[in-house]
Amino acid sequence: MKRPTGRRLTVTAMTVAGLVVGATACSSGGGTSSSQAADSGSYTVWDPYPQFAGDSAWVKLLDGCGSRAGVKVERRAFDTTDLTNKALLAAQQDNAPDVLILDNPVVSTLAEAGVLTTTDENKVDTSKVDPNLLAAGQSGGKTYGTPIGANTLALYYNKDVLTEAGVDISSVKDWKSLTTALDKVRKAGKKGITFSATGTEEGSFQFLPWFWGSGAKLTELDSAQGVSALSLWRDWLEKGYAPDSVINNTQTTSWQEFASGEYAFAENGTWQLAGAEKAGFDYGVLPIPGADGGSAAAPTGGEFVTVPVQGDSGRYATTRKLVSCLTSAENLYDTDTTLSYVAPTAGVRAKQTAAKPELKPWVDAVKAAKGRTSDDLGTRYPRISEQMWKAVQSALSGSQSPKGALTAAQDAVE
Amino acid sequence: MTVRIVARGASTNRTTRPPDRRPASRQWSAWAFLAPVTLYLALFYAYPLYRNADLSLRDYTVRSFVQGDAPFTGLENYRKVFDDPAFGPALTHTIVFTAVCLVFQYAIGLALAVFFHQRFRLSATLRALFLVPWLLPLIVSASSWSWMLNSDSGVVNAALHVIGVGPVHWLTSPSWSLTSVIIANIWIGVPFNLVLLHSGLQSIPRNLYEAAALDGASAWQRFWRITFPLLRPVSAVTLLLGLVYTLKVFDIIWIMTKGGPAGSSTTFATWSYRLGFGSLLPAFGPGAAVGNLLVVAALAFGLVYLRLQRKQALS
Repeated sequence: MKRPTGRRLTVTAMTVAGLVVGATACSSGGGTSSSQAADSGSYTVWDPYPQFAGDSAWVKLLDGCGSRAGVKVERRAFDTTDLTNKALLAAQQDNAPDVLILDNPVVSTLAEAGVLTTTDENKVDTSKVDPNLLAAGQSGGKTYGTPIGANTLALYYNKDVLTEAGVDISSVKDWKSLTTALDKVRKAGKKGITFSATGTEEGSFQFLPWFWGSGAKLTELDSAQGVSALSLWRDWLEKGYAPDSVINNTQTTSWQEFASGEYAFAENGTWQLAGAEKAGFDYGVLPIPGADGGSAAAPTGGEFVTVPVQGDSGRYATTRKLVSCLTSAENLYDTDTTLSYVAPTAGVRAKQTAAKPELKPWVDAVKAAKGRTSDDLGTRYPRISEQMWKAVQSALSGSQSPKGALTAAQDAVE
Repeated sequence: MTVRIVARGASTNRTTRPPDRRPASRQWSAWAFLAPVTLYLALFYAYPLYRNADLSLRDYTVRSFVQGDAPFTGLENYRKVFDDPAFGPALTHTIVFTAVCLVFQYAIGLALAVFFHQRFRLSATLRALFLVPWLLPLIVSASSWSWMLNSDSGVVNAALHVIGVGPVHWLTSPSWSLTSVIIANIWIGVPFNLVLLHSGLQSIPRNLYEAAALDGASAWQRFWRITFPLLRPVSAVTLLLGLVYTLKVFDIIWIMTKGGPAGSSTTFATWSYRLGFGSLLPAFGPGAAVGNLLVVAALAFGLVYLRLQRKQALS
């Protein structure tokens, strides 16, 4: 009696163990084999647009481009910050997607890592793209992709609040007149301006228009101009023109503040246009003024379509078809409309402004915009940017003077 | 220990006897039972730990991360981390954060546990309500705290205004940010302490209290002479688990302040994340080094716990 039970037990245990081992082996192997399994018939596309579900226009466009190229497209969406790390890991496992749609300041980092092919290799056509936008994807004289659309920052203003405070928006031309307007708004019992100075890349992105607008250069953070830009922000906080919540605001929380209807101005991006229409008050858009008038260069946002290096170079031909389909004039128009981006080519932009005249200030802002990694900063930009947002945080929270904070930042970069 | 000795004794006995078939099949099934656990431990504990140690000993750039040819640099990353001006403040913040959170979570948790131990009407309902912070997803509670502590429009400052106290810049002033995240974390940690200590109280025999009451002990004396000493083993577990959980707290700080402003609420956990993932150019090596320091700290306290337990078992 005893022996059969023992044997049966052994058999059961072995089966269980076998199943568990099998299952673990499957699950650990599953991650790496996804694109290898995606052989010649299917191509992988990774994008940072998790907001678009399977039935969205964007996914339909991807599928359409796939079937036109005669292949099946497998799409995976990631959160923007997550995408960089996932792409690096995938490249490490020699498992990169065929098409990678990537936030533009990261392009130079991944290019440096040897993950991306140049346009010389993948033969993607970039001839129609504006040079100032393409520059964000260039490093060491080579181009690593083509922008799918561009966005940038400008000042949204609440017309009701400004009228109540007696501010004529056409008088706001430079920093001085903007500060005067903020003072009037504050005296009228409303709130001045909101922006995002959080301790991440977003904080640097929002500070850059003022930094560049002062005439400062990223290679010298502690120049007199740079200090004047940071002092401008700090003074706004000290005088109560801006709430001190800006120190922790992301661009989304800053937008929520503006949408409350209490604020006269908000620094935010093209992508909030859809939200602005729903805000329930009359709004306008103004390019961010430079220190002494004119429009400041704002940093370009938006993604690049890139082609990661593949072990099998035979895949590039089909990948090229996919990329040129995604960035064809007609598809660019549709994509940039859904993303509320400004198109990277003059032709599509003209079509956009014809259909939607209120895009005009954004088109101007994009034309004046500048890539963060431009001026051949490339992978030096992330280092500089990190020190810059730290300096902004130190100065705005009062733990250091603008001059002291930027000097410390410049020292840390070197 | 004892089990192993017995097993060895049995097997030595068996060799003197004529061999039979049972030990072989038993050994097979023993291995089969062992395999899943071993495999699980190796895949999900040993390998990640090894990788983390390896990451921290090499000089990773994005390029060498992808190509997999990062040069071995010994303790260079650790030296870099120790020399970093952010190291001192991060260490202080980690210690202050952990110590203050533990003391308050334990004290409040114990007070509530004793309170709920005297069964009264609605005590079960109330106790359930106290568990809410534990059940909420961290992102929800942390976001709610950051709304409540907003300098201009937060409910906390509004309440302070009513009683005539000027606005406190909870999350945006370097002198307050650490306090703010500590308050939020204490709130989140109290239910955990309450539940463990409350169940510990159940195991103290009621008749001890009755006897003490007959001898004329006051409530205060009963707490210090009976409850507290008899709760000691449970308290030790609660505090040590709490310590390990608090050391690695990341979500609350990251959502509320991102370790800022100006690094004023940066702990090792947020620092490690920032180094590895917080900027466009990841510094995997130093990030892993900071992470390992945390692992070592938690391990050290884990050993202290084992030692305490052994001592208690012996006495």
